[in-house]
Amino acid sequence: MDSSRPSDHVSNEANVVSPEIGVVGWLRWIWRSLTSMRTALILLLLLAAAAIPGSVYPQRSADPNGVTSYFQQNPELAKFLDSIQLFDVYSSVWFSAIYILLFVSLIGCVVPRAVVHAKAMASNPPATPRVLRRMPAYLLGKAKKAARESIVADAAALLKSQRYRVIVDADSVSAERGYLRETGNLLFHVSLIGVLVAVGFGGAFSYSGQRLLVEGDTFVNNLAGYDSFSPGAFFNENNLPPFSMTLDKFEIAFDNNTAHKGNTGTPIDFRATVSTKQTPSSAPVTSVIRVNEPLELPGTKVYLTGNGYAPVLAFSDKPCKALPSGVRVIQGPFSYQGAVPYLPQDSNYTSLGVIKLPDAKPNQYGVLSFFYPTAGQLPTGALTSIYPAAISPQSSLLTLNVYEGNLGLDSGIPSNVFSLATHGLKQLSGGKTGVPAVKLYVKGNAENLPNNMGCVAFTDLKRFASLDIDYNPGQGWVLLFALLALGGLILSLLVPRRRVWVKRTEDGVEVAALARGDDPALERIVKEIAEELGLKATSSKKEADA
Amino acid sequence: MHNLLSALPNVLRSQETVSLNDDLSQVSLYFIYAAMAVYTVSFLAYVWHLSQASSTVKKVRKGASRIERWAFSLLIASAVMHGTGVILRGVAASRVPWANMYEFSITGTFLVVAIYLVSWFFVRDIRILAVFVTGFVLLVLGIATTVFYVQVKSLMPALQSYWLVIHVTVAILATGFFNIASAASIAYLMKGSKVVETSKLPGFALTRRILALFPDMNKLEKLAYRFNIIGFILWTFTLIAGAIWAERAWHRYWGWDTKEVWTFIIWTIYAGYLHANATRGWSGKRSAWLAVIGFCAIIFNFTIVNLFFKGLHVYSGLK
Ligand code: HEM
Repeated sequence: MDSSRPSDHVSNEANVVSPEIGVVGWLRWIWRSLTSMRTALILLLLLAAAAIPGSVYPQRSADPNGVTSYFQQNPELAKFLDSIQLFDVYSSVWFSAIYILLFVSLIGCVVPRAVVHAKAMASNPPATPRVLRRMPAYLLGKAKKAARESIVADAAALLKSQRYRVIVDADSVSAERGYLRETGNLLFHVSLIGVLVAVGFGGAFSYSGQRLLVEGDTFVNNLAGYDSFSPGAFFNENNLPPFSMTLDKFEIAFDNNTAHKGNTGTPIDFRATVSTKQTPSSAPVTSVIRVNEPLELPGTKVYLTGNGYAPVLAFSDKPCKALPSGVRVIQGPFSYQGAVPYLPQDSNYTSLGVIKLPDAKPNQYGVLSFFYPTAGQLPTGALTSIYPAAISPQSSLLTLNVYEGNLGLDSGIPSNVFSLATHGLKQLSGGKTGVPAVKLYVKGNAENLPNNMGCVAFTDLKRFASLDIDYNPGQGWVLLFALLALGGLILSLLVPRRRVWVKRTEDGVEVAALARGDDPALERIVKEIAEELGLKATSSKKEADA
Repeated sequence: MHNLLSALPNVLRSQETVSLNDDLSQVSLYFIYAAMAVYTVSFLAYVWHLSQASSTVKKVRKGASRIERWAFSLLIASAVMHGTGVILRGVAASRVPWANMYEFSITGTFLVVAIYLVSWFFVRDIRILAVFVTGFVLLVLGIATTVFYVQVKSLMPALQSYWLVIHVTVAILATGFFNIASAASIAYLMKGSKVVETSKLPGFALTRRILALFPDMNKLEKLAYRFNIIGFILWTFTLIAGAIWAERAWHRYWGWDTKEVWTFIIWTIYAGYLHANATRGWSGKRSAWLAVIGFCAIIFNFTIVNLFFKGLHVYSGLK
């Protein structure tokens, strides 16, 4: 046993002896091994090690797109990794096994400890040991004759005033304080169980849904209203509060001071102004959602998690019409009309949009389109955005690469609205086709599509916001238990638990102390008690050892 | 790219005022450089002190404590410059100076030095660890000014929260305590190493004499323990504060983001360390190893995870 531990240190180690014969013996042995300190320690270290792969491989819960692209890049390896749950580490069988064992061990540990502690609290400190000299802090002193007479009573009074629990016999005082240390330790461990239970229950009743809203659009809180939705195991659709929310406008403030080298164009603030109706019949209330400032509604919170541009486009199978003024306009009927959310590709909001036109005549076509809020040209000639906002209508450029062919939308396989599978389609403009990409400016002239396929116009520029609608009834409890754990931890690490003895012997008066765990103050305490009692030290621990 | 930007017309009139002072941040950088220069001298003086104090010649040994006083004065001088550099950086950016890796490094190392200097007056045993502390601080500052350096930037919206102040301050403090504890554990392991104890190879005799200047193993172990428990309490708080912030900024309190994963791993390793201290056969060397591994995980979390792992915490400010 190491020197910093007193010999009475109540270690929870079971004596793991070889099992008695028989099932009961085996079970008892397994239980004892499981609840031993060493097992707890090894399980803790295993848990740390088992958490590592989750930071190396993309996780379905945190980064589903990462998993998808991993599958695309290394299909064979991905299949293997998936078979041992490396894309779902934190819900995997092996990770769960470790923490469940750890918590079983924890319960097996805490319950008997709590019983021992309750008994210790209810009983007196143990009697003074015969030999005090070996205690980690020790002092032998001389008292004046009168003081020597009353030393036991004086010491008892002194220690009581210092909040020690004291028992007195003919020649000695035995005192103990710091029961809070163990109480704190138990509180800490029990609170960890609380955290785990609250995480589990909270997760089961929770839900988390995502919805992308273009300015002017309205979201209604039912399952059909979500782009993606992940419910907990006990989620019940009827519990979705019946609110609806309209994105009135979305604003971004960028640092637009060109003197700030390297900072110009950095976003300073994202603001989504929404009007919310708590029920279909209630009056709309306007509020602002910002990053770090979710909107709290009864039963849910709405968070702002992303944003981008949504150019409003119109497509027609008819050619554009040139007006006498020289302006070109689009003429209906439209094969597509509406705002298209473009996903930002870089910090200057060079954005990529996909439009699919299954109803176009005579052939279906798809469009891969880039939007540059403030277009500029790289030395290579490639287009790029040099500022994340449109500084003028003439600055914001939209280009379209048109792909003709069967879009495969009728096959029944759900397809991602943000990507166009160009395989099997014929590219008609942009890239290596030799035909320049169609270029449009916001509210500018409409343009004809290649091969006389029709006309396209860029009629307005809107923004979109990605919103997360979340509910987790457990999180308040998780926080409560986590704070209790923190409090317990502070008590258990910082409250000194110590025993102090004062004993009248033939050589003089002995003062000794013993701590549970590390106690930097131990020797000082012994000295101070001796001083308070008016003792003159004749030998201390070091000399006694020698 | 910057040429392109200078062509931007003057339509960009500021509505939101961002106050950044590039000149002042340059001055801050000069202070950091100056501090590094003086840290270097201080470090060398401490090395010199060790070599003198471990000398076999009595007269040489006697002169050592004067060198130590000089080294300490230099350490204080560099800490003052370092602190000035950190504060100026904050003033230049009009916010707390720990929003990217460069700033986190200069603030973090400053706190390490500050914790060391404050403890210096209360914990005698810590004085001899100065070589570790100055050496570590120099190394980090060297990397910070060369690899991590970025100009002052405004805060991205996700970072605009008072939790940046609470969560990150406490994380840096925890790191400082763990850092000093790991120095004690390394000294402990070196002292306890069989190789160091018995090898006849040249150099080991000197190492032994230098190690003899350190407190005995028992004291080193306790020293490490005391700093580690403070570090652990602060780290536990960091974890909780991070979860509270994540709930506001990322819509869930815990999502196993890479940074969250590593914060958890570090926490678990140190919980293992505390258990090891109370487990037969694990206290002593094994627990000291766990403390060192825990600190390595912290460094890993700050460097490799920040720079190369994908996650939501992409605040290094580097491209
Ligand atoms: C979720 C798993 C666990 C965690 C995170 C954890 C964490 C901790 C921490 C941080 C301490 C330090 C407090 C102190 O030293 O007083 C501690 C102490 C302790 N833990 Fe655990 N623990 C866990 C499971 C267990 C289990 C399973 C056992 C029983 C086998 C156990 C028994 C103890 C004991 C006896 C102490 C006191 C050590 C001492 O006297 O210094 N713990 N634990």
